[in-house]
Amino acid sequence: MSTYPEKFLYTKEHEWIRVEGKKGTVGITAYAQKQLGDVVFVELPKVGDHFATNESFGTVESVKAVSEIYCPVSGEVVETNEKVVHSPELINNDPHGDAWLIEINIKKPAELEDLLSAEEYEEYIREEAAE
Amino acid sequence: MSTAAESQTLKKTALNSLHHSLHAKMVDFGGWEMPVEYSGIVQEHQAVRTAVGMFDVSHMGEIDIQGQEALALVQHVTSNDAAKLADGQIQYAGLMTPDGTFVDDLLVHRIHSDHYFLCVNASNTDKDFNWIVSNNRFAAEVKNLSPQYTQLAIQGPRALSVLQALTATDLAAIKYYWFTFGKVDGVEALIARTGYTGEDGFEIYFDPSQSQQLWNRVMEAGRSAGIVPVGLGARNTLRLEASMALYGHEIDDTTTVFEANLGWICKLNKGEFLGREPLVRQKQEGVKRMLVGFEMVEPGIARDHYPVLIDGKPAGHVTSGSPAPFLKRNIGMAYVPVEHSRAGTPLQIQVRQRSVGAKIIPTPFYKRNR
Repeated sequence: MSTYPEKFLYTKEHEWIRVEGKKGTVGITAYAQKQLGDVVFVELPKVGDHFATNESFGTVESVKAVSEIYCPVSGEVVETNEKVVHSPELINNDPHGDAWLIEINIKKPAELEDLLSAEEYEEYIREEAAE
Repeated sequence: MSTAAESQTLKKTALNSLHHSLHAKMVDFGGWEMPVEYSGIVQEHQAVRTAVGMFDVSHMGEIDIQGQEALALVQHVTSNDAAKLADGQIQYAGLMTPDGTFVDDLLVHRIHSDHYFLCVNASNTDKDFNWIVSNNRFAAEVKNLSPQYTQLAIQGPRALSVLQALTATDLAAIKYYWFTFGKVDGVEALIARTGYTGEDGFEIYFDPSQSQQLWNRVMEAGRSAGIVPVGLGARNTLRLEASMALYGHEIDDTTTVFEANLGWICKLNKGEFLGREPLVRQKQEGVKRMLVGFEMVEPGIARDHYPVLIDGKPAGHVTSGSPAPFLKRNIGMAYVPVEHSRAGTPLQIQVRQRSVGAKIIPTPFYKRNR
């Protein structure tokens, strides 16, 4: 069984997006949370905020480090996960599930074509880890 | 972040391959490839506060000073009064510039009245050694013995009982900031009751050839006590909770003992030493800025170098800032103008684009029950 869900798309900045129609749910990958270590603080945008592709929409902080999170495709925030703001450790425990961060209305579905498949992403992090 | 990939150019301790076999996350720390975390900073931090943890701190430097005028040399270059030491006693001190600022901070161990053993910061070892040698106009011999020692720190409320299982030396008889020579699992070691965590514990110095064996024996002896290996990540959060200074952060060659709240390691009446005159002057005139501890009162984490504002005006920078895993608060230290250094003073920390509320609180943030 793969760690990285087949139906998600991925970025080289280690975000994932799950697309359902015009809606996309965004989070950070298992690889990203492992690199960060114990997550203790999450900062998310407000509903209604607009972000361009690769624009920072929030931060995830571990004891040691601050990490910006980037929007995989352009869109408008329609929901944020308040549960993860109150329990940041969810990101370590369930990065691809309960610890989703925001839901967006995808502005240009064509931008999704630039993202990585699960297979491509796994190949990418294998290379990154070997560097 | 630097990774193990650059390891060819980095210095390694005798336990390097062991850290890799434990799947530690390795980073470049002042030119050394060191473990920053094993199981996770939070878990490692809590283990030291509530049970026991072991650190490989072999990157730390050891400088040996011997000879008829060894004391005179130590007195000349450090801020504390080494003449007060007895054999087997340890003192925290500043290694001083002529300006009264820090070349480094260090531990002075008196082995004998004409023999001192200094433990200094890893990345400062060569600088410190050269500085001491260049100021050695005394009948004293200075040696950099750093490669000859592995240093392990065993820290936490159960450190004594774990280590006691491996030695005939009566550890309870070693007082805080004292040391003795003894055997740990048959290995000759300098056993010091010191640490950088705010907990009880020991730091042991011994021949690197015995490193892996002794590490494994301590881990076995500590298994039922819940011992874990601890990396430099938790070492930093532990020392910050205990409000202990870190060179390059709270202290450096621009800060003085009085500004850093370390007046207790400066003995102006001990006689001449490097930087004494400017420090006498600063004590008379008073400092302009003071190191303070603060906690965030709004959501946000202060990090090293973030700007500090008072009443919206720039007032200084965060020297160290982090979540405090045991206290479960976001804390930090910063230099602020002395007139704004009282506990309770509201601060604002510039966290990226936001100004986040904080307030000065008394230090140490954490003090163990003795």
